[in-house]
Amino acid sequence: MIVKPIISPKDAAGRIKEGESLMVGGFMGCGSPNTIIFALKEIGTKNLTLITNDTAIHDLNTGTITGVAHLIQIKLFKKIIASHIGSNQETQRQMLAGETEVELVPQGTLAEQVRAGGAGLGGFLTPTGVGTEVANGKQIILVAHRPFLLELPLKADVAIIKAKKADKAGNLVFNGTARNFNPLMATAAALVIAEVEEIVEIGEIDPNDVHTPSIFVDYLVKAEQPEL
Amino acid sequence: MEYIANKEIIAKRIAGIFKTGEVVNLGIGLPTLVVKYIPRDVNIVLQSENGIMGLGPAPAKGSEDRDIIDAGGAPGSIKNGGCFFDSAVSFGIIRGGHVDYTVLGVLEVDQEGNLANFMVPGKMVPGMGGAMDLTTGTRVVIAATLHFQKSGVSRMKRRCTLPLTALREVNKVVTDLGVFEVLGDRFHLAECFSPYTPAWIQAHTDADIIVKNDCRMVTIDVQPNGKTQ
Repeated sequence: MIVKPIISPKDAAGRIKEGESLMVGGFMGCGSPNTIIFALKEIGTKNLTLITNDTAIHDLNTGTITGVAHLIQIKLFKKIIASHIGSNQETQRQMLAGETEVELVPQGTLAEQVRAGGAGLGGFLTPTGVGTEVANGKQIILVAHRPFLLELPLKADVAIIKAKKADKAGNLVFNGTARNFNPLMATAAALVIAEVEEIVEIGEIDPNDVHTPSIFVDYLVKAEQPEL
Repeated sequence: MEYIANKEIIAKRIAGIFKTGEVVNLGIGLPTLVVKYIPRDVNIVLQSENGIMGLGPAPAKGSEDRDIIDAGGAPGSIKNGGCFFDSAVSFGIIRGGHVDYTVLGVLEVDQEGNLANFMVPGKMVPGMGGAMDLTTGTRVVIAATLHFQKSGVSRMKRRCTLPLTALREVNKVVTDLGVFEVLGDRFHLAECFSPYTPAWIQAHTDADIIVKNDCRMVTIDVQPNGKTQ
């Protein structure tokens, strides 16, 4: 198997260029690639479009900030596509003040859009959102007399994801609910950088236990900040 | 009659709905309270949309696993026989009709079964998260809410005024006054919680409520602080 380069957090973050679209794995900060996030915060690359399930936690009262919220705080994003921003008051503030464009997408639709993007589909039909604001501007298709929304695939220039373990070929294993959007995003970006807690030799992960096949992963980064 | 808000009554009543083997997704907030009232002899399977089948109780302090959270972001656990999956599988389970019940919080719910619970334009924009998929895909949708807002206005409406989470998907509303079924564009009062009366509920709710012929008067013994008398 081809060995994937293990690069520094700074090198990883430097591969994200101004104006690009960026997928970031994680659910409320769980399974979030925090080491790369912190390196990107240092570099401060701007005008990015963020695709992520939720914008983690930013509590303006207590000052608690987790995961991708560190990047929203310094306003790296011109646009954010997410399903939930309720635990990040700063995202809501930027949205209401018109500082950052925020597109809210039902969580199941967002997951499937990313999956479709990685799976070569032209889109999919979902009943979710019919009769709501989510349907605005979207094509409605009847299947057996039931209305469905045509939702389009999502891809990105770069995905930064987090796994528990990788072998040097880039096969990934996730842990618990830290899996969430990570394996989906691994399939849907031109450049995929996986931050992992543990890197083992090729052959040390049972092929039956691999969650994300190595071919989806371009670079590995050893996690330094799993707790943020 | 004086109204005293009581979330615990709602949680306790909803906990009595489920049967062993049923798959249930509980929303954030009030619906989460339901867990503590599930009878010991009833063994339901809790689905959590962030990727768990078989969500267990909150872990004790000091034994949290940072890789296991519930959909609200709080530390979680998994029961023996449970499993984890990614978000696409999770919402395939939800949209595919493999979850029996979802219990969701409410900003407004109307007699056509429309639910609004994800935003107040210009004020509160948390986003819909998984709520739209859950209301659309789950077999039975239960809206759980205090009957009145702090201002005294009922959350049960003739027609929702806020942006909808889902169109005509709510099957049942459980408030601290009673249990309402949604049928034929009307609320049907199936259970009335004492000391309230069907007539009092009708007079204080801005919606059409039909009192079912077999409407039962029910006493649920739990105080607003969760204690029983």
